[in-house]
Amino acid sequence: MGYLRGFAVTLRKLFKGTETGRVVTTQYPDEKRPKPVRFHGRHVLNRYEDGMEKCIGCELCAGVCPARCIYVRGADNPPDDPVSPGERFGYVYEINYLRCIHCDLCVEACPTEAITESKLFEFSFTNRADAIYTKDELVVGDDGRPQQLPWEDWHPGDDEHTSAWVRATSPSGRADYEGQVAWSGELGYGIRPPERGQAADEEGDGPDPDDRGHDGHGGHQ
Amino acid sequence: MSAVVGPSVFGLDPLYIGGVGLAEVLITLLKVGAAFALLLMAVMLMIWFERKLISDMQNRIGPNLAGPFGIFQTLADGIKLFFKEDLIPERSDRLVFKLAPFLSLVPAFLVFAVVPVGGDFDGSDGRVSLFGHETFLQVSDPPVGILLVLAMSSVAVYGVMLAGWSSGSKYPLLASVRASAQMVSYEAALGLSLVAVLLKSGSLSTNQIVAEQSMWNWNLWVTWVVPMVVFLIAATAELNRPPFDLVEAEQELVGGFHTEYSSIRFALFFLAEFMNTITMSAIIVTLFLGGPNGPDFTTVGWLSGLLWFFVKLMLFLFAFVWLRATLPRFRYDQLMDLGWKLLIPLSLGWLLVLASYDIAGDRGWNRAAAVIAMLAVMAALAGLLALALRAARQRRELDPQGGFA
Ligand code: SF4
Ligand code: SF4
Repeated sequence: MGYLRGFAVTLRKLFKGTETGRVVTTQYPDEKRPKPVRFHGRHVLNRYEDGMEKCIGCELCAGVCPARCIYVRGADNPPDDPVSPGERFGYVYEINYLRCIHCDLCVEACPTEAITESKLFEFSFTNRADAIYTKDELVVGDDGRPQQLPWEDWHPGDDEHTSAWVRATSPSGRADYEGQVAWSGELGYGIRPPERGQAADEEGDGPDPDDRGHDGHGGHQ
Repeated sequence: MSAVVGPSVFGLDPLYIGGVGLAEVLITLLKVGAAFALLLMAVMLMIWFERKLISDMQNRIGPNLAGPFGIFQTLADGIKLFFKEDLIPERSDRLVFKLAPFLSLVPAFLVFAVVPVGGDFDGSDGRVSLFGHETFLQVSDPPVGILLVLAMSSVAVYGVMLAGWSSGSKYPLLASVRASAQMVSYEAALGLSLVAVLLKSGSLSTNQIVAEQSMWNWNLWVTWVVPMVVFLIAATAELNRPPFDLVEAEQELVGGFHTEYSSIRFALFFLAEFMNTITMSAIIVTLFLGGPNGPDFTTVGWLSGLLWFFVKLMLFLFAFVWLRATLPRFRYDQLMDLGWKLLIPLSLGWLLVLASYDIAGDRGWNRAAAVIAMLAVMAALAGLLALALRAARQRRELDPQGGFA
């Protein structure tokens, strides 16, 4: 009768009141599930707390991008009115969202945490030119929040945690440094607290994925 | 058996006994129109039913936006497909490419014409009174109704085969090779299990077959269940429905035989596929479950027949969806093994056992002895075959080159 057991399984699914028949669908546009903290969405180009841009035009992100969708050109900072601290800044910065696969390798590659991702994924364009985001569109506004373009459907919380991925990582990938701050401050937010690491879970306060990064008590603080 | 009229060009319908006048033509047209509309409606609802039911079995919701419970989803899909661009591949054989969808659609319609969907079979041989004329509740009742069903299911193979062949593309071609092999092999099992029914009914007319089964004398138990099981499996394969949907194996063949089709032609294939599911279920109900036969609980004589037919039909439609939700697809060699090595010998053997049982009854012999003798003969033949196979294998092992060295 082994052949027939499967039929019992599928038949039991018809009884919606039971645990096995539970409907798992989320009616997407009407109801939305909370996004994970490290969700990869549309990029932003961050700025330092004093308003300077973080990007130094090094093109590492463009080099690492597997989809070849970043175009960067650096230029020397004008001495009297520098755009970024240091010698050079990102003069041209474009991301083609028809190609980006949101792998976050660019975020990983960036030496200055200039490029990070927000939580926004509901954006659609009606022409190809809109799909190529220029630097003006990517760079955060004066309050440190991403710019909200007309065809983007932002929801509360999408524009926070833009650098969640950066803060989730131990510096140099060493567990010893877990929870230690090794990143610079951001315009509008200051130095963000580290995400609570695995060590914190061992210490007893259970994992709470939605809470990570808010509470500010990292593993070795 | 009580033949109502002798076979004629119009079939056995009592409508045409007193000659064909305007009223008869109008009633026939009405029946054709009704059957056409009924079938199209049924297909629409069947697609919705299948999608809804299979979603339920997979912890999903399924279509729920178009109309109440998403019941108009099929209509919406149809409208969308109708207005899509119709692409014809450059390398295709244009004429055949355009013809193929209709080759699958038309047979699906024609089969339904011989299915008696209702009628009072307990008293009056399935005749009902329409506007003062006696007639059957089926479009036509040709004396060779069952042969028509078999013929049409064979023609439907051409639709799939030619679609794949004329596409000028490799995946559809592979699918059409699979389709022809699969459908041709399962047709044998289909036909053989059907012969058991014909043996008991002694008629090829669908109306007569149903009439023979009135008063709970269903072929399901008259032929001892096995032919129906074989027929159900072979029919599933014939319909290319899961678990026999190798013709449309998305993982291997992109879309299968209809990969290159788009727009309304694509829709026609699906229309045909679901229509075939419905007509095949109707045929099973007709052949094995007594068609509209069942206890009469209404005052209008023919209404209860219609309802019983519908209930039995739904049973099989549910079963087809259930099969699809449960079973994974067969591998190709498993498919052929099941068809040739199990279903065909089984239905053939069953037929012989039934026949020996019947003949023993007719001649006044001991029925049990006749059946046992038949089984012994078959066992002996199977033994001989096994011996031959073993000898052949031994020779192969002795001479691996097979004489080609
Ligand atoms: S997320 Fe990946 S694909 Fe997108 S821009 Fe960054 S590196 Fe390229
Ligand atoms: S975003 Fe980062 S990696 Fe890319 S050019 Fe600017 S500084 Fe370099």
